[in-house]
Amino acid sequence: MTSHAASIAERWRTLQFHFDTRLHLRLESLIVLFILVIAMSVLSPYFLSVSNILNILLATSTIGILAIGATLILSSNGLDLSVGSVLGFSGVAGAYLVAIVELPWPFAIFGALAAGAFAGSINGFLITRTRIPAFIVTLGMLGIARGFGLILAPNGGAIYGLPPEIVFLGQGRPLGIPAPVIILALAAVCAHYLLAYSRFGRHTLAMGDSEAAARATGINVERQRWILYTLSGLTAGLAGLVFMARVNAGDPTAGLNYELTAITAAIIGGTSLFGGKGSILGTMVGALIMGVLQNGLNLLAVPSFWQQVAIGMVLILAVYIDQLQTSKEKKA
Amino acid sequence: MSLLVVKGVTKRFGAVQVLNGVDLTVESGTVTGLVGDNGAGKSTLMKTITGLYAVDEGRVIFADRDVIGQGPGARRSLGIEMIYQDLALAKQQDVAANIFLGREPLRRPFGFFPPIVDTAKMDIEAQKMIDRLGARIPSINRPVGLFSGGQQQTVAIARALTFNPKLVIMDEPTAALAVREVESVLKLIRQLKAEGIAVILISHRLNDVMEVTDRIVVLRQGRIEADLVTRKTQMKEVVEYIVGAH
Repeated sequence: MTSHAASIAERWRTLQFHFDTRLHLRLESLIVLFILVIAMSVLSPYFLSVSNILNILLATSTIGILAIGATLILSSNGLDLSVGSVLGFSGVAGAYLVAIVELPWPFAIFGALAAGAFAGSINGFLITRTRIPAFIVTLGMLGIARGFGLILAPNGGAIYGLPPEIVFLGQGRPLGIPAPVIILALAAVCAHYLLAYSRFGRHTLAMGDSEAAARATGINVERQRWILYTLSGLTAGLAGLVFMARVNAGDPTAGLNYELTAITAAIIGGTSLFGGKGSILGTMVGALIMGVLQNGLNLLAVPSFWQQVAIGMVLILAVYIDQLQTSKEKKA
Repeated sequence: MSLLVVKGVTKRFGAVQVLNGVDLTVESGTVTGLVGDNGAGKSTLMKTITGLYAVDEGRVIFADRDVIGQGPGARRSLGIEMIYQDLALAKQQDVAANIFLGREPLRRPFGFFPPIVDTAKMDIEAQKMIDRLGARIPSINRPVGLFSGGQQQTVAIARALTFNPKLVIMDEPTAALAVREVESVLKLIRQLKAEGIAVILISHRLNDVMEVTDRIVVLRQGRIEADLVTRKTQMKEVVEYIVGAH
């Protein structure tokens, strides 16, 4: 009996190991998602339909894009609290260029992405050059970006009148799939390639694990960190673009408190708050867990206050599991 | 010319003068012991050689090249490796990742994708290096934080030796080891010397230093106090220099 249990435990560990090394995905998160999907399908007849699944994916897309940036930053043992505000600012910047300056529609894309990357690179510059903690710099940027979004928008209101090409990015359905879902998938594939397989990704995880080790082996930690915060800003800009296109307006109040939701998705997906461990695939699973929870509880007509309770509990549980594993590895 | 020439190196941390005009030369195929009291400046001096610290004054010439303006990465590729006292390992990453940290081999999937890290090659090479060191490690795909002190030491040594270094600096490599493991480190140092590699050994264990070095340099309060030929000196004399009683 004991040897049987031991062999199951051994197989479980082997499976975990393969998921981790081959797919860079934490097996536990995938199983939690699986159980949730089954539970919701049993509890609600409306849950497991194509249109509802697409709804979940669409609702997850903006947070999912933001969570990509959060994963990169957390993996390097950093923190970016500004992404929600940068999302709002980027949307306004993109809308401003096409709706008020009346430039051609591609400038909405360019404006949103450039505004996000610019804000991120300012974060990176201040963190690497002045050594002010990332918490403070990005908390400052949270206020600054939100403020500039409101300043740029006429009377602090939303900017309307976007060209149809841009609206398509938010509301279009090529092949029946919502465009934001396709944008999220493309961004996630690129970021997963970067973090899991490239040299840049390896160095990101290594510096999150031990900055001293990264420095000693000749990794340019400052340059790496600057690029990471710029990428985080860029993903916030992309999320801002998608949000703007979905609501058909550049709204300076968009993305309020999204930074915390993005970080939550990353952590539920197995990315470590203490650096050295992170996976884009995992984060996508994390974002889906939150999406399925919200959608399922909606279908079951559970008041939305309880959804917040449920997500809070899932977050704490995910970090608890993470700590059990991390403390084992970081000892000695 | 000598492999490594350090000339008049000065280093201050704020108001504290840690190195005060240090001169040091090291030849290929020799083992130099660097000893001194705590705070004498041994580790700081070594970090100015690896490029982790910038010098305030002075020159560092390695293999006939002035390396002052170069960072740790560039100096590693010239052949300067250091095994740090705290080992400087990324503990959640596996053995292969640590050995190749900063120098991961790349390959292009399907010929045209952006280059990715060649983990298969890393695993094979890492295993070869561990075998060459005659060490036993449970698995090279495990995070190094799960290993014992001696096994982690082996990984740090393997990282320093994988890219054909010309100079290997070891900062207290035996401090955390059991007796048998100490023997194997000393054996390794002799082997490196036989291969023509220069070794600088920092250690408080004077027995080890007397046993394995050709030369002993004593650092005291940021200056070179003595430069002794190991077989012409005795431990008593070395200790006197360390405490400033000579």
